[in-house]
Amino acid sequence: MSAAENKTEAPEEQGFDGDPRSLLRSVVESNGLVVFLAVLAALVVGAVLVVFADESVQDASSYFFSRPMDTLSAAWGAITDAYVAMFQGSIYNLHADSFSGSIKPLTNSLTFSAPLIFAGLGLGVGFRAGLFNIGAQGQVILGAIMAGFVGFAFHLPFGVHLALAVIGAILGGALWGFIPGLLKATTGAHEVIVTIMLNYVGLYLLAWLLSLESWQAPGSDNPKSPRIDETAEWPSLLGDSFGLHWGFVAALLAAWGVWWLMERSTWGFTFRAVGANPSAATIAGMNVKVTYVLVMVIAGTLAGLAGGTQVLGTEKALTTGIAGSIGFDAITVALLGRSRPLGIVAAGILFGGLRASGPTLQVQAGLPIDIVLVIQSVIVLFIAAPPLVRFLFRLPDPRLVKEVTA
Amino acid sequence: MKNTLRFSAIAAVSALALAACSSAPEEEADPTTSATETTPVETIDYKACMVSDEGGFDDGSFNQSGFEGLQQAASDLGIDVATAESEGVDQYMPNIEAMVAAECDLIITVGFALSSATVEAALANPDVSFAIVDDWADNDFDGTTDAPNIKPLTFQTDEAAYLAGYAAASASESGTIATFGGMNFPSVSIFMDGYLAGANAYNEETGSSVNVLGWDGADGAFTGDFSDLSKGQTTAQGFIDQGADIILPVAGPVGGGAAAAAQAAGGTWIVGVDADWTVTFPEYSDIIFTSILKNIGNAVYDTISEGVSDAGISYEPYSGTLENGGVGVAPFADGAISADIEAKLQELTDGIIAGEITPNTAG
Repeated sequence: MSAAENKTEAPEEQGFDGDPRSLLRSVVESNGLVVFLAVLAALVVGAVLVVFADESVQDASSYFFSRPMDTLSAAWGAITDAYVAMFQGSIYNLHADSFSGSIKPLTNSLTFSAPLIFAGLGLGVGFRAGLFNIGAQGQVILGAIMAGFVGFAFHLPFGVHLALAVIGAILGGALWGFIPGLLKATTGAHEVIVTIMLNYVGLYLLAWLLSLESWQAPGSDNPKSPRIDETAEWPSLLGDSFGLHWGFVAALLAAWGVWWLMERSTWGFTFRAVGANPSAATIAGMNVKVTYVLVMVIAGTLAGLAGGTQVLGTEKALTTGIAGSIGFDAITVALLGRSRPLGIVAAGILFGGLRASGPTLQVQAGLPIDIVLVIQSVIVLFIAAPPLVRFLFRLPDPRLVKEVTA
Repeated sequence: MKNTLRFSAIAAVSALALAACSSAPEEEADPTTSATETTPVETIDYKACMVSDEGGFDDGSFNQSGFEGLQQAASDLGIDVATAESEGVDQYMPNIEAMVAAECDLIITVGFALSSATVEAALANPDVSFAIVDDWADNDFDGTTDAPNIKPLTFQTDEAAYLAGYAAASASESGTIATFGGMNFPSVSIFMDGYLAGANAYNEETGSSVNVLGWDGADGAFTGDFSDLSKGQTTAQGFIDQGADIILPVAGPVGGGAAAAAQAAGGTWIVGVDADWTVTFPEYSDIIFTSILKNIGNAVYDTISEGVSDAGISYEPYSGTLENGGVGVAPFADGAISADIEAKLQELTDGIIAGEITPNTAG
């Protein structure tokens, strides 16, 4: 950022008067150092929680004063166990027999990150255009429904089938983005309410579809679709011994596409202008209503692709829980990545890693899955409160710094 | 403000300090005393592991029953255990893989949702034993388990539900009984089907016309999930308004909502599922007619004992029935049924065990 830009932005940021839009913007624009320190602080808090959750520490602490070293060493052991398990579950397994076994955790992390990146990109576009879209979950589900249906109901040659299934995912997500966008543009209905409600509509639509005989695997009454055809699967990226598939590469390409859209295209300029100040954008001759619809359709498209990735790459069948909590985790990913494509890719991989480390944390370190969720939540807490992180690490307030340098 | 903070900090620290004052255990215990005082179970080099579905081990339903069986085995048999809860469908495979990596001898997965992941892992790891609760691990539907090293643990809960349905039909004063489920899939609807078949049998034998709401043999009333208690309450209230006086909720913890509605309405019984609800829900013990028991914990325990034994695990599918005690009915509430009916139920039990009675509406 040039000094001139800082000058114009600084007074605007100072108007931090409880307006949700300016709050959103200040979160989106918190700087990279703050994000890094927030993650660090979260890991420290996580370590404290690990110590309290660990049974051997609890046992040893009951006689802390007669042999304090027991407690300390148990605590140290618990923390190292947890973070070693986290490392082994998400990046590199030191105990594997072969190289492919060693890097498998990393590929798992990347597999988990693909849908988070897709959905996070969609949310990021919305956030920068000033739309607080909470509907990624519903859009993910619709994308998964359409992709899954094309995957198991049609039988087409390789390539065509995958392309059609991906288009299905796009259409499903785009439809679920279009509805709230249109309602906001035509009636002013608030996107937060409409998207939350559409999440439920999507969830129960999926549950209902899977109760139909024609959507269930033949011979079974369980709410699970037949397996999709192999021709509709995302091909695996590194061979069959890994779960990683081309959906991850597609997510990276989407990140580049979103970067181009937001930074280089006229549409992106309009989106950002509307996000910065809708009234000013209207006066400048931009059509704010059409922009809202477009932004929501693009957000829905990307979230739909996230659902498609789950069905076509990871699960290969449609189940009621197919979307997990991707749509909600993606909100965190988008905020953590400050709504910028590169940031979202990095945040998506971080969250993919946290998710991939869940099993090893539970099995190797004996920790409850909740600890992972708590660490994730603590990261969000710190990210959402940049002043708190600045206070903890005694960082200067950027607004004051800007005024001095300007 | 500052003083309050300081004071509470000091209080907290001193509380911790007091708690930390007990003496350290002796580094080397006297071998003679330890041998006599405590007789620890001989530890065996066997590791049994369990992976839950999305419900988690505190679901008050089958994950929890399975987990209790595992805990029991750990303390009785002296084996190592490891558990992992899944927080989403994309965690099933990684959780099972983590168990394989942790060198588990037996991996028990809970629920049909883990079926395909279990089969995949079993085929990739032929030297590890697997067991799956509530599923046949038969995803190509050819009638056999898809991998030779998986033991399916299933339950003929309709046998017990049949008895409960017969008894409920006999005990109903309004001539209307009801049932509802969480979601319409086999491990749920099998309860409802047995209940309906039992009530139908009573009608046929006595020429009465007790009406069963909420299940018609193929479809019925479902709340849509296994977590929202208020839906259980609303659904049960709906049935009570239609005159039902005995309700069977097959929706895990959602049944608690139904019990609340029944208690508020008065004059209404609840039939518990999975475990004895006079124990699970002591606050409702006075309105529990009976409970349809599904002894998942026992099946898990027995599977682990088999694995520990010299003969090793048999992959013969386990099916819990009235005969082997895998399913059953809990004692009825005092005075809820007559001695005649009690005798009749014993007769029905014998008939079901002998295969003379088909306890579902298909038969």
